[in-house]
Amino acid sequence: MIGGLFIYNHKGEVLISRVYRDDIGRNAVDAFRVNVIHARQQVRSPVTNIARTSFFHVKRSNIWLAAVTKQNVNAAMVFEFLYKMCDVMAAYFGKISEENIKNNFVLIYELLDEILDFGYPQNSETGALKTFITQQGIKSQHQTKEEQSQITSQVTGQIGWRREGIKYRRNELFLDVLESVNLLMSPQGQVLSAHVSGRVVMKSYLSGMPECKFGMNDKIVIEKQGKGTADETSKRRPSAPAHSGKQSIAIDDCTFHQCVRLSKFDSERSISFIPPDGEFELMRYRTTKDIILPFRVIPLVREVGRTKLEVKVVIKSNFKPSLLAQKIEVRIPTPLNTSGVQVICMKGKAKYKASENAIVWKIKRMAGMKESQISAEIELLPTNDKKKWARPPISMNFEVPFAPSGLKVRYLKVFEPKLNYSDHDVIKWVRYIGRSGIYETRC
Amino acid sequence: MTVGKDVSALFPDVVNCMQTDNLELKKLVYLYLMNYAKSQPDMAIMAVNTFVKDCEDPNPLIRALAVRTMGCIRVDKITEYLCEPLRKCLKDEDPYVRKTAAVCVAKLHDINAQLVEDQGFLDTLKDLISDSNPMVVANAVAALSEIAESHPSSNLLDLNPQSINKLLTALNECTEWGQIFILDCLANYTPKDDREAQSICERVTPRLSHANSAVVLSAVKVLMKFMEMLSKDLDYYGTLLKKLAPPLVTLLSAEPELQYVALRNINLIVQKRPEILKHEMKVFFVKYNDPIYVKLEKLDIMIRLASQANIAQVLAELKEYATEVDVDFVRKAVRAIGRCAIKVEQSAERCVSTLLDLIQTKVNYVVQEAIVVIKDIFRKYPNKYESVIATLCENLDSLDEPEARAAMIWIVGEYAERIDNADELLESFLEGFHDESTQVQLQLLTAIVKLFLKKPTETQELVQQVLSLATQDSDNPDLRDRGYIYWRLLSTDPVAAKEVVLAEKPLISEETDLIEPTLLDELICYIGTLASVYHKPPSAFVEGGRGVVHKSLPPRTASSESTESPETAPAGAPSGEQPDVIPTQGDLLGDLLNLDLGPPVSGPPLATTSVQMGAVDLLGGGLDSLMGDEPEGIGGPNFVAPPAAAVPANLGASMGSGLSDLFDLTSGVGTLSGSYVVPKAVWLPAMKAKGLEISGTFTRQVGSISMDLQLTNKALQVMTDFAIQFNRNSFGLAPAAPLQVHAPLSPNQTVEISLPLNTVGSVMKMEPLNNLQVAVKNNIDVFYFSTLYPLHILFVEDGKMEAVSSRLQGSNIFTVAKRNVEAQDMLYQSLKLTNGIWVLAELRIQPGNPSFTVRLPAPALPALGCLLPCAGQPLLPSLLPRAGVSLMGALAQLGWGPSEPDVNEHQNSEPSFQLSPIRLPR
Repeated sequence: MIGGLFIYNHKGEVLISRVYRDDIGRNAVDAFRVNVIHARQQVRSPVTNIARTSFFHVKRSNIWLAAVTKQNVNAAMVFEFLYKMCDVMAAYFGKISEENIKNNFVLIYELLDEILDFGYPQNSETGALKTFITQQGIKSQHQTKEEQSQITSQVTGQIGWRREGIKYRRNELFLDVLESVNLLMSPQGQVLSAHVSGRVVMKSYLSGMPECKFGMNDKIVIEKQGKGTADETSKRRPSAPAHSGKQSIAIDDCTFHQCVRLSKFDSERSISFIPPDGEFELMRYRTTKDIILPFRVIPLVREVGRTKLEVKVVIKSNFKPSLLAQKIEVRIPTPLNTSGVQVICMKGKAKYKASENAIVWKIKRMAGMKESQISAEIELLPTNDKKKWARPPISMNFEVPFAPSGLKVRYLKVFEPKLNYSDHDVIKWVRYIGRSGIYETRC
Repeated sequence: MTVGKDVSALFPDVVNCMQTDNLELKKLVYLYLMNYAKSQPDMAIMAVNTFVKDCEDPNPLIRALAVRTMGCIRVDKITEYLCEPLRKCLKDEDPYVRKTAAVCVAKLHDINAQLVEDQGFLDTLKDLISDSNPMVVANAVAALSEIAESHPSSNLLDLNPQSINKLLTALNECTEWGQIFILDCLANYTPKDDREAQSICERVTPRLSHANSAVVLSAVKVLMKFMEMLSKDLDYYGTLLKKLAPPLVTLLSAEPELQYVALRNINLIVQKRPEILKHEMKVFFVKYNDPIYVKLEKLDIMIRLASQANIAQVLAELKEYATEVDVDFVRKAVRAIGRCAIKVEQSAERCVSTLLDLIQTKVNYVVQEAIVVIKDIFRKYPNKYESVIATLCENLDSLDEPEARAAMIWIVGEYAERIDNADELLESFLEGFHDESTQVQLQLLTAIVKLFLKKPTETQELVQQVLSLATQDSDNPDLRDRGYIYWRLLSTDPVAAKEVVLAEKPLISEETDLIEPTLLDELICYIGTLASVYHKPPSAFVEGGRGVVHKSLPPRTASSESTESPETAPAGAPSGEQPDVIPTQGDLLGDLLNLDLGPPVSGPPLATTSVQMGAVDLLGGGLDSLMGDEPEGIGGPNFVAPPAAAVPANLGASMGSGLSDLFDLTSGVGTLSGSYVVPKAVWLPAMKAKGLEISGTFTRQVGSISMDLQLTNKALQVMTDFAIQFNRNSFGLAPAAPLQVHAPLSPNQTVEISLPLNTVGSVMKMEPLNNLQVAVKNNIDVFYFSTLYPLHILFVEDGKMEAVSSRLQGSNIFTVAKRNVEAQDMLYQSLKLTNGIWVLAELRIQPGNPSFTVRLPAPALPALGCLLPCAGQPLLPSLLPRAGVSLMGALAQLGWGPSEPDVNEHQNSEPSFQLSPIRLPR
């Protein structure tokens, strides 16, 4: 199991060091600094073995978190734990920075004591942790016995992510369907790979221990139910924009927050759970079929002699004209020996950024079924470098108000048998946002 | 926290603060104690009282905190006081305290294993597996698994269908981390039949949808392992295969570090069961922004998945990658194109033209890499693409890496008849012969000999030149020997030389760098863990005895009648045929090492073909047929020697008449059951060890090594609590079981113990090589001594090179050949050490002379040098003359030290073609 945990700043100074096992000596701290942080070469692997000691590291801004072990540990678990630990710290004091860590070191040691025992990860749900590890002094003398046992039963309980007795005057929930659409397209417009990775994020402000059931237009469910019964719409506002042609979508794979009863999903494909209070990620999913690609990029690069390049890029929006895409940015890479660039674009603003070796073309808004064009002349310095320019792909960023996978929320039902509010009293909000993931077209 | 200052001086003051009500302060005091108790063990006792009191506190958080902290204080005196509170806490009403106490048992076991057993904590821990709270169950499982790891023999975790059922129930309810502990534990279970395996699989599959990648990977591990038991005709088998693909793909959308772990595991899974991901090629396409470690892994998997169906896409991608920035990545991409050509025959033509395009870019490292792979393509598809040679020759000058130069020289030599100026090209290389690396020198030698055989008239001079360079001016024994072999071949029988050097080469085919099947099976059992990331068995990177238990996939034990049986062997290649392995383009030393890179498994490695190719490469591409029949014997199934039968147990003093006597003797005592045993010697005199005297010896019997110990108590008090440990040593010897001294050893009593040993421990070179440092502990103290173990205990049964004589094989030394030269008996011997090292030796015995000489015949010499795991320079055993010591004993007591190879014979001879032929021992 994890033998020790170190946090370093960018200079390699140790900010936090917690050793759980005897086999990790003091020199391990230095070994990591010398061999990884101060290594000359770029890091070639997130797992490093130095003198039979294995180091796992992740980096958050300029902070290094390293877990150390001498045993054959579950590597995936160690990384998951490191991410989780970042989440927990962020939930307590915001951004993970050197200053924040120094200011909260007592808290961090307290957390490390709680979430990692002898190198075994323990309950690391922030909701539960916050009930007994707080930033402003502890109130152990004020706690009643019931409170104490409530804390412990929650930390160890089956529903470790939610405490009992939550009350809201207004029962409300928000569902965000956040998708990032990834594309790799050949210069000829052939889709090399495309997939959508989506997340359903839920913010719940519900009283008691509500039992929720979530439904979406999953092909398997819809086909099982047959047509006709599929009309279980709950209150939905604002109403989702729809590509009405698509009834259901094929989900390649999905993963759920630990509150979802996986065995039930496996047998009935129904998603039921008791949600944590506040914001959490209910599910992640991936689709590859019938993806709506919101934009099409058509590049045209011509080399005119040895010192000049002509680039023309057309973008076409491919969704309903009534919808608006936002924050559109097209990044056209330029060779390293670029000396000057002249750009003409029909819409938005375009600039050559020498430091990034790219022309960045920004458009604030663009409606569906439109097209726009940019052309640029790139002057090159003559070089005797034999190596051809690698032509990195043209990448694109955008945000659209629909789900490119075609996913739609059909219902989210809430049952709370003990308290007297029903599904109809809960106010529900659904929002769809499609963003670009890695959206690249080779040129 | 203290900015590196030692604040242990404040110990008393800090301990004073312990009895505070402020929980936060209490935690800080505890943290201080954990860090400094060890440096102030006496004062730490002061804290015990508070700990014991806190363990009774009404607040469960404080109880848990106290028990958690006490376990972290590794001071012996404190541990004693820990037992009572811990026992109470294990039965605490509050689950939070119980789950903390469960982990505490593991902590205590780490400090004092005996105490935990004596106090019966293990049983309490076992009871906790049936606890009502899932988190307690999870922690108990984690603790038990860890304890069980250090007692491989004990049946601590006692997994049976009932307890498995409990675990599966808890699996649905506990936290993500708990699920990981439970799944990892489940993976150690072997179901009794395929029905049980299936029902467990059914209950584990929902975990594949968990958001935590570690849960998913651990579930995959369980499924991959149990799938082994399912019959392939089963519908469920197909369903399971289908279910596995999507979660594996989803892992690739995790953070890059996890992606890396996932990809390393997918690499294993793809080798074991390629059908799972065969349609998912696209997800492994490299993204521009992927970190380099993800890119390299994806590339590897792409090649493994490449098939006729998707080759066009793959090639297009690879071509794209070859223009990237990172040099390593580009090289790998170019090499990948070559591998595609070899793997998918239909694509070969396209691959070759892609490679030619890349050569046109003139980017130095791309060109070099391309030439190396084109060489392999030539070998795979002879007489098909030779038209490109002209293009290759154009780039001759830009090659600066040895591997590329060697590849180019090979091409020139192989196709000398089609290249008009082959002699000029090779001559140009010859100018700087001594500055080249060995690899290039060897290749150049072979190439020029080939050229000479093809165009004898013009190149006589050239071949003379290279042979004299290789034989006279070189320090490299490998090169010298190859030179001599060619020389003699050419001088005695040019026609035979032609047959040998220009013989038809066996085709290379299929996959490269596949993981050796037994290792692969073991690694499948370690999915998700570090072992699967490193692609090494845990023993390779874990210290001490922990975690070195070998795991293996369960055999298929169908309860229903299963018709297909040929599938039972866990064949590495799914197609059923053993894949050939391309001789790695690494240097020759690397090649030789390939012989032994297999894991330390018992029995011969399955990858016989890799051994074969390695051996061929040793003597250069031209000599395949010469060595043709011999390598077949190596490692092949017909090669496993029958269990030790004949034994030269007491070869005794009458060595006078040499070999014939030796054989007579052996046949005389041929029915003993073990190999030669050195008489027991006193290892640890009583005065040095407070009255404990240890004498012992080592034996090897039917495949297992053991250390026979005689413990004598010469003190006045009773001795108990014996334990033994070995320091790291050259062959990884380690006790396979704990030292079992059942009754206390009373004064003047002697016990005899046979301690089984294995060779999976940590390896470190010792001086001398067979030095073993041992620590023995009893209730009085710990004692250290070192001893030399006879090397023959490491000779394994399958060390035989050819089936000639069964007489010496009782000691696992095998006779290859014998002959009589100048009234001396020459005996050629082969043996193999437990770590897979082959040793060939020539034994020279003169009748009437009690001393005899061992020397390693030259071909094996460099091999031995680089094979000895830790040797920096070639080591040669020089046998100390010892009258009256048996052959085995003498061999076993070799002083391993560097000495000059015996090459006088060669150096005296004239550099001409009139050398007397050397007959290779056959």
